[in-house]
Amino acid sequence: MNGPLLYLPLIPLLPFLGFLLNGLLGRRLPKALVSFIALVAPCASFILVAHIALLVWSGSLALPFYEQGAPSWISVGAVHVDFGSVIDQLSLVMLLIVTGVGFLIHLYSVGYMHDEPGYWRYFAYLNLFLFFMTVLVQAGNILLMFVGWEGVGLASYLLIGFWYHKTSAADAGKKAFIVNRIGDFGFLIGIFLILANFGTLTFSEVAAKLAANPAWTGGILTAIALCLLVGATGKSAQLPLYVWLPDAMEGPTPVSALIHAATMVTAGVYMIARTHFIFDRSPFALTVVAIVGAATAFFAATIGLVQNDIKRVLAYSTVSQLGYMFLGCGVAAYSAAIFHLMTHAFFKALLFLAAGSVIHAMGGEQDMRKMGGLRKHLPITFWTMTAAVFAIGGFFPFAGFFSKDAILYAAFVQSDTGKIFWFVGLVTALLTSLYMFRLWYMTFFGESRSPDAHPHESPWSMRAPLIILGALSVCGGWIGAGRFGAFLAPAVGSRAVEAGSSQLELGLSVLAVAVAALGWYIAHRLYIQHPERPARLAAALPTGYKLLLNKYYVDEIYSYLIVKPVLAFSKFFLEWVVDFAVLTGLAWLLGGIATLIGAILQRWQSGNLRSYAAWLALGAAAILLFFLLPYTLGASGIDLWVRGR
Amino acid sequence: MNPAYSNLLQHDVPLSWYLLLSAALFSLGVVGFLIKRNLITVFMSIELMLNGVNLSFVAFAHQWHAVKGQIFVFFVMMVAAAEAAVGLAIIIAVFRARATLAVDRIDLMKL
Repeated sequence: MNGPLLYLPLIPLLPFLGFLLNGLLGRRLPKALVSFIALVAPCASFILVAHIALLVWSGSLALPFYEQGAPSWISVGAVHVDFGSVIDQLSLVMLLIVTGVGFLIHLYSVGYMHDEPGYWRYFAYLNLFLFFMTVLVQAGNILLMFVGWEGVGLASYLLIGFWYHKTSAADAGKKAFIVNRIGDFGFLIGIFLILANFGTLTFSEVAAKLAANPAWTGGILTAIALCLLVGATGKSAQLPLYVWLPDAMEGPTPVSALIHAATMVTAGVYMIARTHFIFDRSPFALTVVAIVGAATAFFAATIGLVQNDIKRVLAYSTVSQLGYMFLGCGVAAYSAAIFHLMTHAFFKALLFLAAGSVIHAMGGEQDMRKMGGLRKHLPITFWTMTAAVFAIGGFFPFAGFFSKDAILYAAFVQSDTGKIFWFVGLVTALLTSLYMFRLWYMTFFGESRSPDAHPHESPWSMRAPLIILGALSVCGGWIGAGRFGAFLAPAVGSRAVEAGSSQLELGLSVLAVAVAALGWYIAHRLYIQHPERPARLAAALPTGYKLLLNKYYVDEIYSYLIVKPVLAFSKFFLEWVVDFAVLTGLAWLLGGIATLIGAILQRWQSGNLRSYAAWLALGAAAILLFFLLPYTLGASGIDLWVRGR
Repeated sequence: MNPAYSNLLQHDVPLSWYLLLSAALFSLGVVGFLIKRNLITVFMSIELMLNGVNLSFVAFAHQWHAVKGQIFVFFVMMVAAAEAAVGLAIIIAVFRARATLAVDRIDLMKL
């Protein structure tokens, strides 16, 4: 170790220890101890990360920090892969988000999951997730990152299907896992290509090789970038692989907040930022990233407009906001994308937790049409949710304003095509504001639409995270995109802050806020002043409404184009031809041959003592004959035998 | 050994006679083993075979003036005695379990 002692391995290992304790012994431990173990692990990790952050802030730790003497993992020929960690500005910010928000959501879960029979199992999975996520974030090479990447997928699968006795939850878990496999396939190909072309998997070495060869652009780098993008679209729920995320809402709500909003789904953005040196060399791949991001942002926002399940609205909102982050990456404004990742982690986690609080209060009801008027019953939930709604809507001075603006501004100044992305982003901002205020109004305002519900405010362990995240949603963006970008610049470069005047930026900001206010106004008109209008609007545009309500029939299209053909292929070819005809037939054939031979050989083993003795005697006689009889011919049997050869 | 007997053996009865007798005893044992149904008779046939072999051992030992063959015979006799004890015990156990000693009906390992 050449630097200060940072206890880097402990950051992932503490949650892993929590997972082992709770996973192996949790069934027998009292509930209070399970909660204690589950809370201490992420809290300790957060303290370790905060300690590093303080060291960096005070200037006594120079970034990037590479762990020296990390244990070797794979050493084959010229390829060496170790368990090394890297702490730079990027992973530090991400670690702070993961462990900080992670701890808050653990705390919230203590209240939310209190009456759950699988309490210990839930916290074991949650700690396992934190272990893999921190491995992913602080991995010093792409293969170790992939380990974390797969691990968070596993934890996500386990937690989506937490209520595995519900078919829909079990199916949603499988869907998430399988869709992610497609993305991971691309990611793996990308890793292989990096290994084949750079001969190393360590981020810093790949970056150094690229820096030493400024002429390398396009070509194989484009291929690598696109493969990595495929991986990122799977994990971060972008077109065309976003379909698993809305279904993932089958999991417990804190899980949706932690894994499917704040941290895991942003891993794709993090990965692109981490490998930005590859993307930077391929303008084409960057354009593809931006197109995917912009298209996803708009596409998901339109679906979010008409969903009635409160968690589904938030799920499509997450997909849409992730689209923003991809858009940011696509215009090489990585710091803006990470900035938005951070603020999004705050306000989207808060939105989910507040939604969970609402669902908790309503006794498990998720349909917004049956809510309403909850403002009076759930004041803390209401006020924190309001902060989050304004933050995601992009109102000054809430967190989302700064980060969204940074992305839109970066898109605007990038190039002429960037202006198209900017425009799509602006329209999406309008839609975002519209569907978020729709949710806000439908849930908290008006009259209660289910009179027999008796909503109650949640316990303190649920309220405290709401309040902390609420504060972060308000002031999490005050650091400003400029300063944040300057901090991140050593790790991800700083193309976003060049060019453009501050007047232009101010104008764009005002425009964005005006658009958001317009969305608020429309929502107010539709859901407060004229509550009958949305239904009339839907009736006036039946085709469009049905298209949106059924999410553009994407699930159905995938079902007919991919799932059903694969199932049919499995059924007819794999099951009947390969499995039944070939494998079963082969097994029967082999079994038949064995039985036949056995039936013949069985006769020797009759159990009849005298037949054994007869064989013995015959054998002895034959051997004697073999050795002795040839004496009469002048040579022994052995001589004849040897000569015969 | 008395030299008179030694001469008698050596000169008057050729080795081949002993071997023929030994072979006859052994073959009788084998045939008895194969054709007799009663387990005790089968057992006695084994003793017959052993003694046939013992005879050839002694004859050869005398022929070549080698004491090893005679010592070996004592070993065989000792093993045969042990075998008789164990074998008879097994026969009694089998009879208790099956109420028969016909070898062709004792053809299953399990009861």
